[in-house]
Amino acid sequence: MEHIELFFKSIFIDNMVFATFLGMCSYLAVSKKVTTAVGLGAAVIFVLAITVPLNWLLDQYILQPGALTWLGAEYADYDLSFLSFIMFIATIATMVQLVEIIVEKFSPSLYNSLGIFLPLIAVNCAILGGSLFMQSREIATLGLATTYGVGSGIGWFLAILAIAAIREKIRYSDVPPPLRGLGITFIITGLMAIGFMSFGGMLTGGDEAEKPKENTAQIETVKDNSTTKEIANNTKVIN
Amino acid sequence: MAKDSKLILDPLTDNNPITIQVLGICSALAITAELEASIVMSISVLFVMGVGNVVISLMRNIIPSKIRIIVQLIVVATLVIIVDQVLKAYAYELSKTLGAFVGLIITNCIIMGRFEAFALGNGPWRSFLDGIGNALGYAVILIIVGFFRELLGSGTLLGIQILGDPVAKTGLYAFGYENNGFMLLSPMALIVVGIIIWIQRSRNRALIED
Repeated sequence: MEHIELFFKSIFIDNMVFATFLGMCSYLAVSKKVTTAVGLGAAVIFVLAITVPLNWLLDQYILQPGALTWLGAEYADYDLSFLSFIMFIATIATMVQLVEIIVEKFSPSLYNSLGIFLPLIAVNCAILGGSLFMQSREIATLGLATTYGVGSGIGWFLAILAIAAIREKIRYSDVPPPLRGLGITFIITGLMAIGFMSFGGMLTGGDEAEKPKENTAQIETVKDNSTTKEIANNTKVIN
Repeated sequence: MAKDSKLILDPLTDNNPITIQVLGICSALAITAELEASIVMSISVLFVMGVGNVVISLMRNIIPSKIRIIVQLIVVATLVIIVDQVLKAYAYELSKTLGAFVGLIITNCIIMGRFEAFALGNGPWRSFLDGIGNALGYAVILIIVGFFRELLGSGTLLGIQILGDPVAKTGLYAFGYENNGFMLLSPMALIVVGIIIWIQRSRNRALIED
């Protein structure tokens, strides 16, 4: 159950493109045609499914405060978490390189059709973002980390597929010239993001108490709390 | 000399990294709900771009081209760790708001893009100027978006009440104005950037795509 919940949550509610804006550069650059979009999307799912669990292991057994206890009791208070960026990016770059070599060996046609997009995945923020969010959301087990990686990859895939399909059709419509290309793509993405926000109630059955946790929402709630606190203080004073 | 100043001025307008080159958009959108976060993010990128461009430019003749991506990533990651640790030490609350997005400076495509396109082929001084120029171009968009989102979304700028007090109903709120909470949500960042692109391209018709 936990797996299913996390899976759908990472596809729809915390969708990488629409909720956290990860991987926007390649999302905008590679979404002109459906076929290339599908190729890149599949590669992103694959790389995320490998790197997120790998980085989870790294985080759990090397980087977290106290993670080195398996080496011996004297290592218990080591905290290497400041190294996480460099370790994560090294894992990702290595895995991307490996994937590139494997794909080139076993499927040269796929390799040629992906072209320069494969190495570009190393600098796709969706991939690093997947690992960083895995760390900050404190995902509990290796299995859940894999689910999270696959789920967010599928979410990204869906987003780029949808925008590529829309952009193929929008060529025939009468967009104001200054808005053509990039401008309209931004605005369509914004509208799609509004649509995806409605998935927020999917897992909670519309229960307001459990809103999806994202950055902006958090900022908002913090502010709300402070104002309600002020009001509460004021009423106390009046009483 | 005129060429050098072009390196800084071009990215601010006609060759803006966000609206024209389509680079570095992820972080540009995610943290712009507050002006303060936008400014801190801009300064961090300015530091990483300036220093990183110089370092890569100094090493450009000794990096084997096959492993250049990983070398570039390591340089950026090191600089970002410095930024992250400084933020954690001196602005802890802010580093919580920025969260994972400080780490995402590593994969900010502007940085890799400028390394590939400029620092690998030019001397340190010109690379430095190019880095600063592009980071400033990025900062301009971030600050515009952050300004409008915070002003219209929560009626404040840098946390200071501008439009009056929404609880006591002073200032604009006395006339029935309400904060547009929608501006704080993520989709509006995309739409605001879309509108900026629209305005920029209607002013300079040469930039229109077909």
